[in-house]
Amino acid sequence: MSAAIGNTIVSLPDQSTAQIPRHNYINNEHGLLSWLLTSDHKRIAILYLISITFFFFIGGAFAGLIRLELLTPQPDLVSSDTYNKFFTMHGIIMIFLFLVPSVPATLGNFLIPIMLGAKDLAFPKINLLSWYLYMIGGTLTLTALVLGGVDTGWTFTTPLSTHYLNTHVITAATAIFVAGFSSIFTGLNFIVTIHRMRCPGMTWFRMPLFVWAHYAASLLMVLGTPVLAIALTLVALERLFGIGVFDPTKGGDPLLFQHLFWFYSHPAVYIMILPGMGVISEVISTFSRKRIFGYTAVAFSSVAIALFGFFVWEHHMFIMGVSSYSALVFSLLTMLVAVPSAIKIFNWTFTLQKGSITFETPMLYAFGFMGLFTIGGLTGIFLGSLGMDIHLTETYFIVAHFHFVMVGGMLMAFLAGIHFWWPKMTGRMYPESLSKLAAVTTFIGFNLTFLPQFILGYLGMPRRYHAYPPEFQVLNVLSTAGATVLGFGYMLPMLYLAWSLKYGAIAGNNPWQATGLEWQIQSPPLMENFIETPVMDHEAYDYEWLANKTRNEVTTVG
Amino acid sequence: MDNALASTGLTTQPAPDPHPHETAVHAEHEHVALPQHRHHFETEEQQREAGSFGMWLFLVTEIMFFGGMFFAYLLYRNWYYPAFAAASSQLSVPLGGTNTAILITSGFCMALGVWAAEVRRRKMLVVTLILTTLFGLAFLGIKYDEYHEKYELHHIPGNNFNVSQFVNPAAYGIKEEPLAPDMAQKTQIFFFLYFAMTGMHAVHLIIGIGLLFWLTWRAHRGDFSSGYVAPIENFGLYWHFIDIVWLFLFPLLYLINRHPLH
Repeated sequence: MSAAIGNTIVSLPDQSTAQIPRHNYINNEHGLLSWLLTSDHKRIAILYLISITFFFFIGGAFAGLIRLELLTPQPDLVSSDTYNKFFTMHGIIMIFLFLVPSVPATLGNFLIPIMLGAKDLAFPKINLLSWYLYMIGGTLTLTALVLGGVDTGWTFTTPLSTHYLNTHVITAATAIFVAGFSSIFTGLNFIVTIHRMRCPGMTWFRMPLFVWAHYAASLLMVLGTPVLAIALTLVALERLFGIGVFDPTKGGDPLLFQHLFWFYSHPAVYIMILPGMGVISEVISTFSRKRIFGYTAVAFSSVAIALFGFFVWEHHMFIMGVSSYSALVFSLLTMLVAVPSAIKIFNWTFTLQKGSITFETPMLYAFGFMGLFTIGGLTGIFLGSLGMDIHLTETYFIVAHFHFVMVGGMLMAFLAGIHFWWPKMTGRMYPESLSKLAAVTTFIGFNLTFLPQFILGYLGMPRRYHAYPPEFQVLNVLSTAGATVLGFGYMLPMLYLAWSLKYGAIAGNNPWQATGLEWQIQSPPLMENFIETPVMDHEAYDYEWLANKTRNEVTTVG
Repeated sequence: MDNALASTGLTTQPAPDPHPHETAVHAEHEHVALPQHRHHFETEEQQREAGSFGMWLFLVTEIMFFGGMFFAYLLYRNWYYPAFAAASSQLSVPLGGTNTAILITSGFCMALGVWAAEVRRRKMLVVTLILTTLFGLAFLGIKYDEYHEKYELHHIPGNNFNVSQFVNPAAYGIKEEPLAPDMAQKTQIFFFLYFAMTGMHAVHLIIGIGLLFWLTWRAHRGDFSSGYVAPIENFGLYWHFIDIVWLFLFPLLYLINRHPLH
């Protein structure tokens, strides 16, 4: 392996002699307040990283409890009401407090200004505000949890959420409302930054694909999230005053809520996956040492996903009495959204072809992403077909499908990105062999957890029940066993990444010999990123440019 | 480029606290840098463009926010047309019309204010901002009066909602076709949407008035008299957005098809 690296990465000039730079954004100021009141995008990214990791493990604990209950067919661990609260909290925390902000608020926040050659995001104070809003939303979610939980499912489906449940729906809805504004502000900041803060020479088609993906995701955040906000406001008003807008007895329409909710929540799955796709583009290119095949197609496919993503929401409601003509149209549009996703997968594959591939940890995660996301996407086509959907919807097939996309896709991409940019964020390397073990463990654990659920769903096991017929037990035991492995796979990175903060090898500026602007500056970067404003004089992913630059550097030093 | 050089100077300094240097740098380039210039922008033009672009984008999210309610209005209006027409007739066009005029006038004052800031007339800016505030408050006052009337008539959705006026309009001296009791119930949906939409509009107005107090104080202090007008301009955009939302709400809720088709 090391020989292969030696052949392909031409030289690692700075790694053996590298030192942590004396001035960087981490030691620029000291004290807790200097972090809590910072307006530096890199520090805010770290704040986000810590907080979303916290919520990830809370959401993960609920996932563990769910799988533990499902180990046996009998409802023996918790009562059905408690089980409902478990999966609701798991969903709310994982979606609104982990997946939506995961890559954009941490890696995006850290990298987008640097990739564009800017000193910061356009609105640093709003960036900090968005973190505080996130924390308020998170605290309110925990409040709802401590006060006794909420059991509507993360979808807040009416009239269940408005008329039949007496749990802390309003607290949870407020939490999501507030966290939603955090996401709106992040998206707004990204869009303005990408439009207005690019350095000289940084044209739209010289931007890294990571930035394109975030641009598309930001459009979805800005346009979709306000609709979720109004939908949840209406639910809260309905509960508080009984105003009847979703109440059939007063002439309201419960389906209207679903339309409003999914108008956000379907695009939201693209908010969750698009930034991950951006990470994969960077990782695949770097570890194949090749320009991304079909750069323009990949860039536009992100925007196409964002665009189509707004016109497929009704496929969540096929069995809920929508007109069959509109169901037909939405089924077709759902098929269409698969096209740009497939373009991405094909282009990444062609990038690998004849590339000088090495298998560092981020690359392993990226391979995991490509395989699992493809399965997740293709099963999405099953569910988008009207006939199949009637059989499969509300079963474990759906659960497996979106976990393949969200966990197998987005979480893999998040971990790929965290490992890939860890040297840039902290200045230190993570332990390579341990992290490879974690990547492989995660992959095995994931498949063991969720592949059986496809079969369970196809056989007819409904989701959201805490008891099931005994013949499903074998597959459920497999799934729970897989969840244990998966949990172990997620604990590992947290432990060794924390360890590496103090003991990791010093990374140097460009340990991967990657081309992005972020790799041409010191790690960890300076307070305002660049010593002088960079000028982008080459295309993105130009490895010849990098080779020339490195050669010249050596000459000057020699 | 000036700033890039400045940051070079900053970063090679061993002192951890950059602020003294920053002020020194600004002092050096006083002729180019306003005190409001934020460190991460290359030029003031970039800062101004970014600010107004951000504001426009924020207004787009506001459109989507109100859009959810407009969509609900569209849907239920199609379903329960007679109830919507009858309930709509209960709103007072003179009051709504007055309010429209008041809000447009306040928008005009705001536009004058932006102009005053651009030509650096401090006194005129303060006066126009105060006028904008007063017209905004007048709008809210009239709105309160309208809400109060609905409260007395039990037209506020909820447990006390009373449909008798729509089932038996003659008893109330109203020349309208009576509605069937089940259709009369649907007026509740109209009034809910009326309160939700105008209420959300009023919330935006109240936030705007709060910001106006702050801007008036800053204008009085002279913050916007030296060519730095971005906050005034961006607030102007927000204020005009509130006007425009009302210009959609007024015809939709008060004016169109006040009387049911026969």
